[in-house]
Amino acid sequence: MPEIARPVDVDELARIIATAAAEGRALEIMGAGSKRAVGRPIAADAIVSTQNLRGVTLYEPAELVISAYAGTPLQTIETELAKHNQRLAFEPIDLGPMLGGEAGVATIGGVFATNLSGARRILSGGARDHILGVRAINGRGEAFKSGGRVMKNVTGYDLSRGLVGSWGTLAVLTEITMKAMPNAEEVRTLVIAGLPDEIAIELMCAAMGTPYEVSGTVHLQKELAERLENERLRGAASAITALRIENLSPSVAYRIAQLKRRFSAYGETAELDHHESIAFWRELQRLSFLTPSRDPVWRISTRPTTANRVVQAIAGYMECRAAYDWSGGLIWLEVPHSADAGAAEIRRVIATLGGHATLIRARPEVRASVEVFQPLEAGPWRLTAGLKAAFDPANVLNPGRMYAEL
Amino acid sequence: MGVIPLIKAEPGIVARREQIVAALRRIVNPEAVIADEVGRRAFETDALTAYRRLPLAVVLPGTTEEVSEVLSFCQRNGIKVVARGAGTSLCGGALPAEDAVVLGLSRMNKVLEVDTDNRFARVEAGITNLAISEAVARHGFFYAPDPSSQLACTLGGNIAMNSGGAHCLKYGVTTNNVLGLTMVLMNGEVVELGGPFVEQPGYDLLGLVVGSEGQLGVVTEATVRILKKAEAARPMLIGFDQSADAGACVAGIIGAGVIPVAIEFMDKPAIHVCDDFAHAGYPRDVEAMLIVEVEGSDEENEASLERIAAIARAHGARHVKVAESAEESAAIWKGRKSAFGAMGHISDYLCMDGTIPLGALPEVLTRIGEICARYGFRVANIFHAGDGNLHPLILYDANNPEELEKAEACGAEILKLCVEVGGCLTGEHGVGIEKRELMPYQFDDIDLVQQMRLKEVFDPDWLLNPGKVFPLRLRNAA
Ligand SMILES: Cc1cc2nc3c(=O)[nH]c(=O)nc-3n(C[C@H](O)[C@H](O)[C@H](O)COP(=O)(O)OP(=O)(O)OC[C@H]3O[C@@H](n4cnc5c(N)ncnc54)[C@H](O)[C@@H]3O)c2cc1C
Repeated sequence: MPEIARPVDVDELARIIATAAAEGRALEIMGAGSKRAVGRPIAADAIVSTQNLRGVTLYEPAELVISAYAGTPLQTIETELAKHNQRLAFEPIDLGPMLGGEAGVATIGGVFATNLSGARRILSGGARDHILGVRAINGRGEAFKSGGRVMKNVTGYDLSRGLVGSWGTLAVLTEITMKAMPNAEEVRTLVIAGLPDEIAIELMCAAMGTPYEVSGTVHLQKELAERLENERLRGAASAITALRIENLSPSVAYRIAQLKRRFSAYGETAELDHHESIAFWRELQRLSFLTPSRDPVWRISTRPTTANRVVQAIAGYMECRAAYDWSGGLIWLEVPHSADAGAAEIRRVIATLGGHATLIRARPEVRASVEVFQPLEAGPWRLTAGLKAAFDPANVLNPGRMYAEL
Repeated sequence: MGVIPLIKAEPGIVARREQIVAALRRIVNPEAVIADEVGRRAFETDALTAYRRLPLAVVLPGTTEEVSEVLSFCQRNGIKVVARGAGTSLCGGALPAEDAVVLGLSRMNKVLEVDTDNRFARVEAGITNLAISEAVARHGFFYAPDPSSQLACTLGGNIAMNSGGAHCLKYGVTTNNVLGLTMVLMNGEVVELGGPFVEQPGYDLLGLVVGSEGQLGVVTEATVRILKKAEAARPMLIGFDQSADAGACVAGIIGAGVIPVAIEFMDKPAIHVCDDFAHAGYPRDVEAMLIVEVEGSDEENEASLERIAAIARAHGARHVKVAESAEESAAIWKGRKSAFGAMGHISDYLCMDGTIPLGALPEVLTRIGEICARYGFRVANIFHAGDGNLHPLILYDANNPEELEKAEACGAEILKLCVEVGGCLTGEHGVGIEKRELMPYQFDDIDLVQQMRLKEVFDPDWLLNPGKVFPLRLRNAA
């Protein structure tokens, strides 16, 4: 592994990139490196980490806004927010443990660069929805900014949002301004055990079709539920389906009661109280149900009502284990080791049923040989290539990480 | 006339008007091409009415294929195109030019698919904002972004401007509610971005297109997120002797962990004008008023409003009144949503649209008062307090040619003030021609050049809605 440069200020980082661009050298960009094992392996001449660009630069609890340098650990930001009983407006997920690393090391820059958002996305949106502004350095080594620190801003094109989820291939984020939210007064979770996937999805969609603002809908197949840390749920030795309500206490009580009444036909419900709920959704954020295994994992987006068919169809080709988030719109699928981690069949199924798939966990040789990110149609592909050239014409930043040609 | 410079029309294109019209009539249904002067007049301006330009021709296509044919013809012939929805843009975003074809999407207004299980609707881009909610209302669903112009403005315009509304505090703005779109590039290529999925693959092209002011492509269809309606909604009015107290109260509400669906602020002049117009039941003897709305069941709302009332009293509220009936609620919102119209009845006005950090509200209101007094204008302030989006309305006399120029200068000072306190030039109306030359107050050249490079990926010849968003001098720097 080449040496890791850790610039201590933005100017130094800009110089490193400008020099690399001039010399035609490729740079691997990372924060703490907790997601290095995602994407196509990069043949970089040098590695640059933002880890020494750290610190919260602005926090206005009454305005629900916080800014930090990109290398600031997510945990630092969460700790800062917790002092005012707040949290990020979305629910980041932590890939560290499921990739064989530690939990809680991710930087905020990495969180936004990968746009990996957890259960709350279905109600409140993901990282891309709660970015307010960025400072960044493009592949020419030019520092630029976009957006700002206010909630509502349409001044110029929305480059901030365009950088979220670009996996460090367009620009290196140096400072991020994002939205915060107050912690809910109370959180409670309804759990139903033993539902088949199809019925669970029907229940989750119905729950999202109520006015009760369900902020998490997750269904784990038995094999994955049995890996949970929560002993009560693990002990059920069956599939589990969970619905989360977060609100003022009187509303939580009312809404949980309404949900129980409406969905009594689906079977016996158990309830997780405030603290148990927080711990449970935290463990889902860490993807604890995927951690004990090293088998390849796919992240599949589809229509909730086709999710079960997607999994069934893939199961026709290979043994697989599924967890559904976003009422079925997101599938975490664990599949057996193979040369392409099942890419050919999985992508064929998705081409028929609609959606897209990203390979999140696989051995480097597999990631080097298959399309890790969903291949794009001709139109979006041309725009994607154009975008890369508009930000990083010399192809300095994470070349090949998302697509072999870029 | 206002002072904003417009780019000069190319005489070569204008001279070929007849041939261009004939060619367009061969491409699309001939009736969809408007060429006579009276017909074209209807498209010469948008809601920034001080600026007018008679377009070369107007085409009202009925399908994505027609849009594609027209664009590819225009690209081949070097003809500029301005997409248009309802023409309610307040920043001159839809202002045409003598050498440009206006592509009006208003005929493309169909609902294509409603899927309540997966919670999306697919519609054509010329549909009005309100019609989307109406189309899904029988299932108990709605489309969340609610600009005050929602009866008229189109989804295509909303997407171009990333429009917001009073209820965006809770539900987000347009970009948070669009899942996919069909867009035609200037060269005629039809591109699909995203789809009925929570997440799209690859770069967030969708996020880049929303808010790009009609400069990257013409949107013909979109897939939007629809949400189940709350059981009930209930607003309350809170009146204060000082706007600083109102600002502090908003901070208090948010700080206490209560996020209402909407928190709207009006100062005294705005209260009076809106109340005169809509008989909204506003307190008339206060300096500042908040409309705070919560959603939930009746009991939930009762409980939430009680908490908010307590916070309000602790911040010195003099008047606290909860809407007691559906009629009272409707009247409260009618007053707010007709604010611009009501103001239009008493005076011409320029509507500013900066965003400021909430904490700066008292200072900003004082300084806006001073700026306007210096120019001799009255001002009324309407403020989406929950998200810091401030609409000072500068009242002037449009019949006096000097006054518009002065009002524009006054408005520019106000927007610079918004930037100076940490905010931005526009929170929801867009840059258009209006704020184009002010962009350097918020951005360095490199920031803008990086945006212009994006424009060139989609439209390398700068034919689509040119002369907007970016200062004219930067045009060749990208
Ligand atoms: C009384 C009044 C109240 C308003 N209240 C609000 C408010 O509360 N919140 C808010 O955000 N705005 C508000 N506005 C501003 C305006 O309504 C919005 O900007 C709206 O989104 C414009 O929609 P439109 O269909 O009228 O677009 P137009 O004015 O026709 O066009 C606006 C821009 O969109 C582009 N465009 C239009 N259709 C397309 C398309 N299909 N593809 C690509 N580009 C396209 C045009 O080129 C232009 O740049 C208000 C305006 C008025 C007059």
